[in-house]
Amino acid sequence: MTNHWIDLANSDCILIIGSNAAENHPISFKWALRAKDKGAKIIHVDPRYTRTSAHADIFTRLRSGSDIAFFGGFIRYILANNLYFKDYVVNYTNASFIVGDKFEFKDGLFSGYDSAKRAYDKSAWAFVKDENGLIRKDPTLRDPRCVFQLMRKHYDRYNIKAVSEISGTPEADLQLVYQTFAATGKPEKSGTMLYAMGQTQHTVGVQNIRAMSIVQLLLGNIGVAGGGINALRGEANVQGSTDQALLFHILPGYLPMPTAALDSLAVYGEKTTPMTKDPQSANWWGNRPKYMASFLKSLYPEQDLETGYAYLPKLEPGKDYSWLSLFDAMHKGAFKGFFAWGQNPAASTANANKTREAMGKLDWMVTVNIFETETGSFWKGPGMDPKKIKTEVFFLPCAVSFEKEGSISNSGRWMQWRYAAQKPSGDTKPDGDIIYELFEKIRALYAKEGGAFPDPIKNLNWDVATNHVFDPHKVAKRINGVFLKEKTLKVGDADKTFKPGDPVPSFALLQTDGSTCSGNWIYSGSYTDKNMAARRDKTQTPMQAAIGLYPGWTWAWPVNRRILYNRASVDPQGKPYQPQKAVIEWKDGKWIGDVPDGPWPPMADSQKGKYPFLMQTDGMGQLFGPGRNDGPFPEYYEPLECPVGEHPFSKQLNNPTALKFEGPTEVHATCDPRYPFICSTYRVTEHWQTGVMTRNSPWLLEAEPQMFCEMSPELAAMRGIRNGEKVILESTRGSLWAKAIVTERIKPFTVMGHTVHQVGVPWHYGWTWPKQGGDSANILCPSVGDPNTGIPETKAFMVNVKKA
Amino acid sequence: MEWNRREFLKIAGATTAVAAFGGLGFDLGQAQAQAVAQADKLKFTKQSTSVCCYCSVGCGLIASTDKNGEGKVVNIEGDPDHPISEGSLCPKGASHYQLGKNDRRIYKVLYRAPYAENWEEKSWDWALDRIARKVKDVRDASFTAKDAKGRTVNRCEGLASVGSAAMDNEECWIYQAMLRAMGLTYIEHQARI
Repeated sequence: MTNHWIDLANSDCILIIGSNAAENHPISFKWALRAKDKGAKIIHVDPRYTRTSAHADIFTRLRSGSDIAFFGGFIRYILANNLYFKDYVVNYTNASFIVGDKFEFKDGLFSGYDSAKRAYDKSAWAFVKDENGLIRKDPTLRDPRCVFQLMRKHYDRYNIKAVSEISGTPEADLQLVYQTFAATGKPEKSGTMLYAMGQTQHTVGVQNIRAMSIVQLLLGNIGVAGGGINALRGEANVQGSTDQALLFHILPGYLPMPTAALDSLAVYGEKTTPMTKDPQSANWWGNRPKYMASFLKSLYPEQDLETGYAYLPKLEPGKDYSWLSLFDAMHKGAFKGFFAWGQNPAASTANANKTREAMGKLDWMVTVNIFETETGSFWKGPGMDPKKIKTEVFFLPCAVSFEKEGSISNSGRWMQWRYAAQKPSGDTKPDGDIIYELFEKIRALYAKEGGAFPDPIKNLNWDVATNHVFDPHKVAKRINGVFLKEKTLKVGDADKTFKPGDPVPSFALLQTDGSTCSGNWIYSGSYTDKNMAARRDKTQTPMQAAIGLYPGWTWAWPVNRRILYNRASVDPQGKPYQPQKAVIEWKDGKWIGDVPDGPWPPMADSQKGKYPFLMQTDGMGQLFGPGRNDGPFPEYYEPLECPVGEHPFSKQLNNPTALKFEGPTEVHATCDPRYPFICSTYRVTEHWQTGVMTRNSPWLLEAEPQMFCEMSPELAAMRGIRNGEKVILESTRGSLWAKAIVTERIKPFTVMGHTVHQVGVPWHYGWTWPKQGGDSANILCPSVGDPNTGIPETKAFMVNVKKA
Repeated sequence: MEWNRREFLKIAGATTAVAAFGGLGFDLGQAQAQAVAQADKLKFTKQSTSVCCYCSVGCGLIASTDKNGEGKVVNIEGDPDHPISEGSLCPKGASHYQLGKNDRRIYKVLYRAPYAENWEEKSWDWALDRIARKVKDVRDASFTAKDAKGRTVNRCEGLASVGSAAMDNEECWIYQAMLRAMGLTYIEHQARI
């Protein structure tokens, strides 16, 4: 989230799309309702009527997978009716940037496309620079090659009629939603967008979010109270686990993972650190070498930086190691050993049957969990013959959240400390102890026997325990960072000397020379002289109280900033656009309110002032995003499995760069009469993710005991299905049973003149428990993904539904 | 952390206020019972704060741990001081107690031998020794120092890992440190999907 949960109450209009916040983030919804109590409008756009819709002022249906049509039409509407916030767009976005001659867009494809590689050469989308290396701009926004005019031209095709035809959303509804939300384009108003996996789990997932961000930038809604672009993340610490980089492509704090092409730390710094010639751009990522050096020192304090860098594994350039590719490689027998730590991929992976089959090709698997899972027990699952499966499986039982101590980070980036309320039950151990003890044993083997390149293992700073028990405080301090050598630095206007072992007060003091370590620079400042995440101080200034900021309650990354890009909430002189709900203000030569996005004076100070979007190389919000793999502007493509053979915007049916695989497990059904219905997966209030924890909690299981499928009365009548009957859902990948819920919450769509039906299924069930509960909806989902992130397309795919 | 007694009494105070209207003909049975229960809770249990383990709203919890018995959690409820949740919990949050006391939890290390049809119970030492041995064998056999173009890569691609957003930040951090020290490149988790 750019903002945070309490901040929803500051909004004048809340657009919820691709999320069922009322049911899946129930407590968050009180803040949306408080906004409504104050007169805000809530808009819900979703294929299905839910309890979120029930609270909305406007609810309208959108066919799963047609979001870019919806947002493309929205962008067109804002531009055509001059509803954008002109000063914001000119001053704070790249609308005025001139794009080079190589950029063009033709019939669904951007320039630079290589059909053999199914990839773009992004250099074709570069901005024009002048002789001083500065990007050429036209602040009048009239130049036909400026971003603003290219955007206008790009979305000209997205007229309301075409959008309605492909999305199934009535024209009048589109008009009403656009009009209502676009009213937040007035400087004194703010609108927020809430989304969840309904926006991301698509082969255009990233471009869906880009499209939302473009609307928010046009309306001046980023950086303000009650604004922003807010991902309602699904797990208690999925923000934190992402920050700590349990992902192939990043190191903690979003440092890019080194590749084989970056053969030294010097080259890594040179090639991955963005540079700008514009003195007013803060270009915060220009500090990357400090963060990388400090990260390397957090692992290898005794080694010089280049040695520490050489220890890190290097990715093969251009190779994808993401989730779907990992399981595709496993299916081909690439791995001998596998850890499924606190996760249940046999139920959570799209194309679950493929995943389960893949697990049979391992020599061994280690799985850590609280309860039995479909993953740990895959060898005795449906269709499996244990006598033929060689995979050795170790199930390690772990403690639950209140049986250990440590921090988690919520969607609003609040790092919150939890305490142990009881000892681990039975023989269970906290994950931290399991990791610590396992690696102690691995290190002992390498110390005794040697082996392949033992140095990174031998030299890793493994001081993570006290008296042989995992110590979260020790690790939290290392994540924050400490000085390794004596160093005298400027803090404010004075010199301050730091001694070895002193905590680093903030990432601004991290060094490139190896004199500091920090396990994750964005968490620098979280554990200084005290554990900031454990704070429970609700003191506020009146200005903070007016927008519900609690700067003394826990700690938010970065530097306890609660609203990101808050320099865009003020005009170039530092005066809040919304004085009634100001986030920051430049007063008497300093900033008051939230922690500002950098200490510099406001942007109008041409000597010391900086642009507001400090993480962007050019300091501006990106209406034109030349870094994405599938184009600088979001463009409409159908899901890889879809109910239509063409769409109104181009001849390019699907995302030409989507992540796909080959083989018999990868058959896709488009306009295939055997699989005529769109299917989407979702969650219910009483269950969570694959249901491992909630299916095994009796109170919750009683509330939602088994797999169901929601369908419209029209579809039910067509298939002769009555409410409560058992039905079979099938896709090209597998089938499963569900109880039919025939409900008016679902209605057929009219798409390109044809009636199209959509059904919905929760994905919380699995064969291990309860016995009559059903199996994972992911059996039906295709293993295709977004070209930027690899996220699977589980929100729009094709199935058949029939009476069991 | 010992939960702040003063804050706790603030809630108890709300109950007292209701009780003060006792002469006005309201049925106070439930309110009085609640007040007694809360007083007992303070006497016999220790409070500690936590945060819900389910979605990412991050609602505050108060766990009450039995002071006299086995030191077990006897109740988990919403934390009224928490600025986001203000004491509210959804059904999942309100069911935390059942994660601590649950017959279906697995309390022992389990092992499934190749081609076996059942689990067997094992000790931690046995399992961790065997896993460490297997990790080392696969790493040593599959370690790649240089790629096909002769570039240094120092990676181990015979092993893969997924997980976990269910761990605390500090656990996630040491987990990635361990995996990267061993040279794994296939490191993924819930955030991707």
